[in-house]
Amino acid sequence: MPEPTDYSPTELLACVASRLLEPGTSVFVGTGLPMIAAMLAQRTHAPGLLIIFEAGGIGPQVPVLPISVGDSRTFYRAVGASSMHDVMSISQAGYLDFGFLGAAQIDRFGNINTTVIGPYENPTVRLPGSGGANDVGSFCHRTIVVMRQDSRKFVEKAEFITTPGYLTGPGARERAGLARASGPYRVITQLGVYGFDEATKELQLLALHPGVTLDDVRAQSGYAVRVAEPTSVTQPPSARDREILREIDPTGLVIRRQG
Amino acid sequence: MEILEEGKGQLVGWHDPDENRDWIRRNKSRELIDKRMSLREAVSRFVHDGDFLAMGGFGHIRVSMAAIYEIIRQRKRGLTMAGKTAVHDSDLLIAAGCVDRIEVAYAFGHELRGLSPASRRVVEAGGCRVVAETSNAGYQWRFLAAMMGIPFMPSRNLLGTDTLKRSSAKVARDPWSGKPICLLPACYPDVSFIHVPRCDSFGDSQIDGTIIEDFELARAARRVVITTEEIVPEDRIRAEPWRTAIPFYLVDAVVEAPFGVHPCQMPLLYYFDEDHIRRWLTQSRTPEGAAEYFEEFVFGAEDFEAYLEKIGGRDRLEHLRRVELLQPLE
Repeated sequence: MPEPTDYSPTELLACVASRLLEPGTSVFVGTGLPMIAAMLAQRTHAPGLLIIFEAGGIGPQVPVLPISVGDSRTFYRAVGASSMHDVMSISQAGYLDFGFLGAAQIDRFGNINTTVIGPYENPTVRLPGSGGANDVGSFCHRTIVVMRQDSRKFVEKAEFITTPGYLTGPGARERAGLARASGPYRVITQLGVYGFDEATKELQLLALHPGVTLDDVRAQSGYAVRVAEPTSVTQPPSARDREILREIDPTGLVIRRQG
Repeated sequence: MEILEEGKGQLVGWHDPDENRDWIRRNKSRELIDKRMSLREAVSRFVHDGDFLAMGGFGHIRVSMAAIYEIIRQRKRGLTMAGKTAVHDSDLLIAAGCVDRIEVAYAFGHELRGLSPASRRVVEAGGCRVVAETSNAGYQWRFLAAMMGIPFMPSRNLLGTDTLKRSSAKVARDPWSGKPICLLPACYPDVSFIHVPRCDSFGDSQIDGTIIEDFELARAARRVVITTEEIVPEDRIRAEPWRTAIPFYLVDAVVEAPFGVHPCQMPLLYYFDEDHIRRWLTQSRTPEGAAEYFEEFVFGAEDFEAYLEKIGGRDRLEHLRRVELLQPLE
């Protein structure tokens, strides 16, 4: 039976993010799409995935989508309900394999801005700031960024570095004192999936979503984004994936939003 | 220790550790005394214009909203807020003109529910100044340093970023590894309100679910006001002393405030009131709308009980309880 192709952009992003989470690993998740991706991974290829929430929820069996990272759903049937000090400490000590981040702006070295658009002292738009993002981006072994891409969000240089990517390039994280061999791993947008070039630590396109062209990527980037050769095409959500996503988010709080 | 970099954010809430020890020695009672009082009295006694305020809880979780409404009702001014993932609390206090400075880990947003129209409008117009940036772990460990009575906590976050440049942290060379390390200055808020499910009349408090950063905050803040769903006999605390998260000697006032975090979530007791939060987010799109909200729900209600009647009373609260407990509705 052919798989339906009428999936929503958000369903696709959740599935793509979910597949990056490997069995036997741990993941630090925030609100929204990352929670859905982690929950989907638990219900498909990575049932033992250890999900950790910033406010202290450790290893829950989440019944319905939590609204906040401190919501009581984040420690439902969990193995632990501790504290931010505990969770941040184990992250800093190296127990967290993956971390999810959002971004208002990302630059060519994967540095993220969620603080301010325009001059800092006289902002055009004041955004919420780091929250736990700087901590996730500093502490987790590999971070995955999920964001909407356009030419103002995909920029050569972030206006403000809230959360560290590879800073100014190879070796810069270590020189700044950040943990060795940590940093951004993938960036998932509505157009495709990006990784980072091993040698230059620059963002590069790895895969396009079905139906997306390189021209679309160029039109929605503020600079000439590198493209890996060859690029692949992402696997769309299966009927089963979509069924699980509807179970996880029955009211469509995240899934029915615009990707 | 070699200092490699210094953030230029304003240092708020810091004291020399000896000065703070002296302050604790003079001001914090070690006696078991009944600290029950009304919220009106607690806010009037422990919140002063110009104070540095940190709320317990996190985001829309276990935040003492009863205290927030009372601070607005008493028209406190010039407060500096700890934006330690401050969401509904800071949005209301900034919109009401009580808070005009904030140190930001996270503020001006409501997580999944979107950005805060009111506090963003005020901060973008210059009515509230961001004095420094930090991160959630940054705040957490500033409180940890304070509770330990040490001047700073080393950490490996903020490094290499503009968040650090706008923070009050410094970067030094770690004398052991030789690597750069972030030094987070201790943070002693002047006053903190922490909402708990139960405590005794002396302030010995239990917290169900994640404690978030309240263990450290209660030990870092100079004045701690506990608002509680219920006041229980001392025997109940003494029967399970390992459950005491905040012991009496940290506590300056105890206020019984059932449903005191509405419209936020009290884990295991009642869920977010999404309708009410949406009402605020919709109404606060204009300054006039925000002012009308305050007239109706804060100034138009003489106390928190009157507020609970306005938001739908017993029926509404019972509904929120059922949602929290994952029970069938109707």
